[in-house]
Amino acid sequence: MDLLEYQGKQFFSRYALPVSQGFVAHGVPEAREIADRLGYPVVVKAQVHIGGRGKAGGIRLAGDAGEVETAADSILGMDIGGHTVGCVLVEEAARIAAEYYASFTLDRSAGRYLGMLSARGGVDIEAVAESDPGSIARIWVDPVESLGDAAARTWVRAARLDETAADELVEVLLQLYEAFVDGDADLVEINPLILTTEGRVRVLDAKVTLDDNSVFRHPEYRAYDATQPRDEREASAHALGLQYVGLDGTVGVIANGAGLAMSTVDVVAQAGGAAANFLDIGGGADVETMAAALRVINNDPAVKAIFINIFGGIVQGEVVAQGILDALDRVELRAPIVLRLDGTNADQGRAMVAPRLSEMLMMAGSMSGGAARAVEIAGSA
Amino acid sequence: MSIWLNERSRVVYQGLTGRAGRFHALRNRAYGTRVVAGTNPSKAGTSVEGIPVFATVGAAVEATGADVSCVFVPAPHVRGAVVEAAEGGVTLVVVITEGVPAKDEAWLYGKLRRDHPEVRMIGPNCPGLISPGKANVGITAGDIALPGGPVGLVSRSGTLTYQALYELKQAGIGVTTCVGIGGDPVPGTSFTDCLAAFEDDPETGAVMMIGEIGGSAEEEAAAFIAEHMAKPVVAYIAGITAPPGKKMGHAGAIVSGGKGTAAAKIETLSGAGVRVGESPSEAGRLMVEVVAGL
Repeated sequence: MDLLEYQGKQFFSRYALPVSQGFVAHGVPEAREIADRLGYPVVVKAQVHIGGRGKAGGIRLAGDAGEVETAADSILGMDIGGHTVGCVLVEEAARIAAEYYASFTLDRSAGRYLGMLSARGGVDIEAVAESDPGSIARIWVDPVESLGDAAARTWVRAARLDETAADELVEVLLQLYEAFVDGDADLVEINPLILTTEGRVRVLDAKVTLDDNSVFRHPEYRAYDATQPRDEREASAHALGLQYVGLDGTVGVIANGAGLAMSTVDVVAQAGGAAANFLDIGGGADVETMAAALRVINNDPAVKAIFINIFGGIVQGEVVAQGILDALDRVELRAPIVLRLDGTNADQGRAMVAPRLSEMLMMAGSMSGGAARAVEIAGSA
Repeated sequence: MSIWLNERSRVVYQGLTGRAGRFHALRNRAYGTRVVAGTNPSKAGTSVEGIPVFATVGAAVEATGADVSCVFVPAPHVRGAVVEAAEGGVTLVVVITEGVPAKDEAWLYGKLRRDHPEVRMIGPNCPGLISPGKANVGITAGDIALPGGPVGLVSRSGTLTYQALYELKQAGIGVTTCVGIGGDPVPGTSFTDCLAAFEDDPETGAVMMIGEIGGSAEEEAAAFIAEHMAKPVVAYIAGITAPPGKKMGHAGAIVSGGKGTAAAKIETLSGAGVRVGESPSEAGRLMVEVVAGL
């Protein structure tokens, strides 16, 4: 799950990283109240799950109460890359002498943690990696070992950061590493990590992605669930515990297993159509899951045909069939279903569905055949 | 022959007394797998349908000669279970459990490499492996795979593995071993490990590889194929139409920062001489052609 900047900074604070003091406001008066408390100048920053806030006008410096009100008023409700700004972070302004970049992520192929550090912070690091790759110092840490003081010091030198701030930088990098490992983050990124004119190191921005699978170790992460960016369809599917990703097409897709679901979306495209969604009902799906999946798809007004692609492994054919029959009894379908059913107990499942076959429920003999049929129906609807 | 798993393999199930562990251990036994033991520290001395339960993998190995472990314990216990298996003396650990934190996987990867280099871990979050006609360890429905080879199969996805086995069976093509490496960010066994083993296996004549978006495992496989493989490889990559930045079900299936796209993987594999099918059934057809030419 992705954290908003203010959540990322709260997360960093738990690991003693030096973040500027600031608070979140959902309205203009609240923003002003916070600024009055902090003292001027402050920075008012849009809280959205997308980069490019500065360019979009979502970050503004305010020298007095009037400027805070103007800034908050213009930023709240603003659309940044399709994301509506629901809250702003009002934070003490810092005087910047230098902007650095620091991050930790997982190098999947090496099975190690990868740290990146650069004296060229404050800009898009992907662009820096393209134009000036030598300015990024990388370090790989074996998960069985840890990041030591000496290695961090060498790393700071390799990145050619200000030597006079080396002690503080080393401390911050060790704290960042601790946050990454102990906090079960997939990504911790500070861009920019700044040196103030007073020579202090400060975390000016925070980008944090937490591992969804680690919630059993960090029950408090459940609170972040409410601020994940989801469209209406994704939110309702998520509430039902379904793996769902909204797409732009007209063929609703239900499959079992992530790979098969992805593949089904692809095959629909190859048949000349476009899927309205990715939906994986999972390996152990039961009757209720299938019925819930059909409800979610059926609520999407864009859907003109539904392609259910099941290869029974643990999921058994008769369970899938029963789920569909239950849903047919409970839900008024707005689009016809094309069903492809193979694998464990597929014959039993097909036999159960057979008496109910109609213009609203059709069987397909294969995955590609089913996709073609669904695309054809969606096209003529 | 087959890779890593055969009719002599003796398997202990960690989590045998749980619902999923019991169901699949019995199903694997019915397939013909030598299911010799289970573990549960609080139920040592009992048995499940004649399968003896021991306190630890070490005790199970000592008493039964188990050399493979299959892990069904809940995600929070996987890290400890794999270490227990490695210290207990098995050389293959197959982790079916999904939802294991990436940090635990990376740690296990480093731990095994450093302290137990002789131990291979497959998974987590995988369907297991099957050497058709010999042994089945995991959750694959055994009857969808035809024994006898000549195809070795390796896949990141469970149900796409079934789909591929099914396509091959429809075409009358057998499989030496099918390995599901799992859809997580740091799998214990990579495509490359499997490709190397298939290249060395005299009964495997060709390899089918099923990948998906995210990471660079397919690109690394392509480099290995170009440099080290004489046997033909057919591939299928899922997620051509997946939007960037969205996790497509699997923790590892995400296009981020423009990296890990299906298009790039397909191009790299094609460049390495791999025949890439646009759909699972086209990959199946390509494999029919390859097998006919062996």
